[in-house]
Amino acid sequence: MRIKCPLCGERDRREFYYVGDAVLLERPDPEAGDHAWDTYLHLRDNPAGVTRDLWYHEAGCAAWVVVTRNTVTHEVLKTELAEKRRRKLVEGAS
Amino acid sequence: MVELVAKSPCGGRLPVEHGASRLSEVAMTRLTSLQPKQGQEKALSQALKSAHGMVFPAPNRATGKEGARAIWIGKGQAMLVGPEPDAGLAAHAAMTDQSDAWAMVRLEGAAAENVLARLVPVDLRQTVFKRGHSVRTMLQHMSVSITRISDEAFFILAFRSMAGTLVHDLETAMKGVAARR
Repeated sequence: MRIKCPLCGERDRREFYYVGDAVLLERPDPEAGDHAWDTYLHLRDNPAGVTRDLWYHEAGCAAWVVVTRNTVTHEVLKTELAEKRRRKLVEGAS
Repeated sequence: MVELVAKSPCGGRLPVEHGASRLSEVAMTRLTSLQPKQGQEKALSQALKSAHGMVFPAPNRATGKEGARAIWIGKGQAMLVGPEPDAGLAAHAAMTDQSDAWAMVRLEGAAAENVLARLVPVDLRQTVFKRGHSVRTMLQHMSVSITRISDEAFFILAFRSMAGTLVHDLETAMKGVAARR
């Protein structure tokens, strides 16, 4: 599998470290309640198909990258800097 | 009083030459990492240009020349190699002295590309990786920064603690390439 780092370009998967579901960027408000926090911390989908997760470009530029990929075909559909994704979330866009 | 002796990172292992490639150590100089403060990227680039004659490098690039280079080494980070950093840069960037923390080597010769092709999972051929291009990637299992400084020469930065492994891996590949000529 090859992942396109938004800064470095297409690189071997060995350069990256898997960090988990990209939902980690959508941290709920501290007062959001037990249900929201339980969901955020523990409930994960395990899709056979398109998923979106965080990868850390460990052996490269050290950027955190949101990777949209297909778990069945191993196709990488889209990559984006986590920083940008987070900024969009904060500004209210999707 | 104890007499302290400065030792170079590759300590006597270099230079070596095998076939059409030669590996030598670049003498330790001043290394400073520059991390622009938020929104200060342009101001830092201008300050760097007036103080040291080179702009802040874009991702995968290096600026400057022999003796004073700025090499992109990661997201929002460059390494100033050579000069004592101008104090004025501190207004626009977080600066950290990294001298002696890295090993610096120069790999050159007609076979240099083929040597790196055995170790690095990135295409470093002249057609796509030209002078002034730089990458952060792996050499075997080690994190390195590789910059092309001329048509047949590469400048490699690796962590000092890995200097022995760096020289061993490069020399093994150099011998392998030389044996196939």
